[in-house]
Amino acid sequence: MIKGLGKWVDDRLPVSHFWNAHLAKYYVPHNFNFWYYFGSLLLVVFVLQIVTGIWLTMSYKPSAENAFASVEYIMRDVEWGWLIRYLHSTGASFFFIAVYLHIFRGMMYGSYKKPRELIWIFGVLILLVLMAEAFMGYLLPWGQMSYWGAQVIISLFSSVPVIGPDLALWIRGDYVVSDATLNRFFALHVIALPLVLLFLIGGHIMALHEVGSNNPDGVDIKENKDDSGKPVDGIPFHPYYTVKDLFGLGVFMFIFAAVLFYWPDGGGLFLEHPNFTPADPLKTPEHIAPVWYFAPHYAILRAVPDKFLGVVAMTVAILILFVLPWIDRNRTRSIRYRSTAFKVNLFAFAAAFIGLGYLGTQPPTTLGTLASQLLSAVYFGFFIALYFISRRERTQPVPERLQ
Amino acid sequence: MADSPSNPARRRFLTGAATAVGAVGVGFAAVPFLSSFQPSAKAQAAGAPVDVNIGKLSPGQMTTVAWRGKPVYVVHRTDRMLESLPEMDDRLRDPNSEVATQQPEFAANPYRAREENERFLVIVGLCTHLGCAPTYRPEVAPDDLGDDWQGGFFCPCHGSKFDISGRVYKGVPAPTNLEVPQYVYVTEEIIRVGGTEEDVA
Repeated sequence: MIKGLGKWVDDRLPVSHFWNAHLAKYYVPHNFNFWYYFGSLLLVVFVLQIVTGIWLTMSYKPSAENAFASVEYIMRDVEWGWLIRYLHSTGASFFFIAVYLHIFRGMMYGSYKKPRELIWIFGVLILLVLMAEAFMGYLLPWGQMSYWGAQVIISLFSSVPVIGPDLALWIRGDYVVSDATLNRFFALHVIALPLVLLFLIGGHIMALHEVGSNNPDGVDIKENKDDSGKPVDGIPFHPYYTVKDLFGLGVFMFIFAAVLFYWPDGGGLFLEHPNFTPADPLKTPEHIAPVWYFAPHYAILRAVPDKFLGVVAMTVAILILFVLPWIDRNRTRSIRYRSTAFKVNLFAFAAAFIGLGYLGTQPPTTLGTLASQLLSAVYFGFFIALYFISRRERTQPVPERLQ
Repeated sequence: MADSPSNPARRRFLTGAATAVGAVGVGFAAVPFLSSFQPSAKAQAAGAPVDVNIGKLSPGQMTTVAWRGKPVYVVHRTDRMLESLPEMDDRLRDPNSEVATQQPEFAANPYRAREENERFLVIVGLCTHLGCAPTYRPEVAPDDLGDDWQGGFFCPCHGSKFDISGRVYKGVPAPTNLEVPQYVYVTEEIIRVGGTEEDVA
């Protein structure tokens, strides 16, 4: 009976075709390691954010007058409201942890290189929209940090020559961050940007499944196929990687739960302390810092002693990722077969990113600014150095088959 | 049916023309959606002037009022503060208030105030860098601001410094002096922020 129903549906909707094309007969390299968990984890976190977000909107009130109180209402009076809210706020931080590790994986194994440039571009777009999504979501609790963080970030747009002030006014919908700003950010956060993210994630995965996954060896498994046309070094995604990813998910959820239940504010990193005070448009908190996942970019902004150039540097720091596939001129994908210069450069970049992240959360000091300038130079220097290193790099021979 | 349409050039032209007209239509249709982001009539109307009573403000004190949702600082400056102003010029980016957008004409002087009431500074308390509210730091030479600090405003967000007239220091991220709003003295003790001479005529 069930089988009959399945066939009835399958004759009318390509269910089994989809299942085979993307899971049961989708062949992927057999040597995925730890770094390959984050793609599927990100999908899970995305769903978590959507589901908890829907539940939060049931009790949240997007107005300057009621927003802060409604969040406290969720935390204290709504049944399990605290759990849903902490799932959402912790989920936001874990989203970025996974995204940054996922990006680093791509940089290590050259997953941005031909023929995967478009996957990478979709990925950078996802990062950009995710940042906007997180920024707008952070305004909604209408705490001190929400308010002044939004004030600072929107003011960034006012530094654009000529149209800047009008642009900032257009974004706020008022002369200061106000009820109008909160209300529109709510609309964008819960409807517009999640929809955009959904489409971009769809594009990211479709582009990936068109060309197939890269792997830690950077070997193209489609070069070696058996008589039936299956890659000899490939295994079907389901059940092999569905099971592996479920194991990874278990470990991830273990860590996630530990933070969620014992450390939901992340020591002031995931939920900043001044945000437990309602927004006061007349008084800026003593020390304002962005949430940790924006801190590296914020440190770059502060490192430049000029308003407009600071904004330019911060923007370029993200946008430059779009052209990474063309900055790296070497064809060898994986870090395993690349030169020492490349390895040093990449790990200096990662260290600079982490260092900037630390500095971005600290109050501005002379020494801190100097350190930020140095690390910003390393950050941008990575791309310049890569351009030259990759031109005549002495790489090791890449094997024909996976090791 | 034929494999290729008859008269393909005409079809291509018509398709192109229809696409162009359609694009113009989409452009016009986008206008209401984009314009809807502009401040509403209600937000534009909410600019009513605010009265501040300075009668009880003793020298050195500052009070903050909200005007158009922005913090406006009113400072009663001491003699020492006023005397420090001429010495500051070398360290300031725009000591003579030449950037016209940052103050009404009457405040384009070292006091950045109405000359007949130079002791009282009225200033929008939003840093011209990224809009944080600078902190009022009236003390001389505090530990964190250096030996030559003569009192002024310090922005905790990105470290911009302003003197006691709200004039910006050199070498800080803020590009211009703090904004002096339009204001007028209704009586000797009442300042009307956002008010013009017409209010007292």
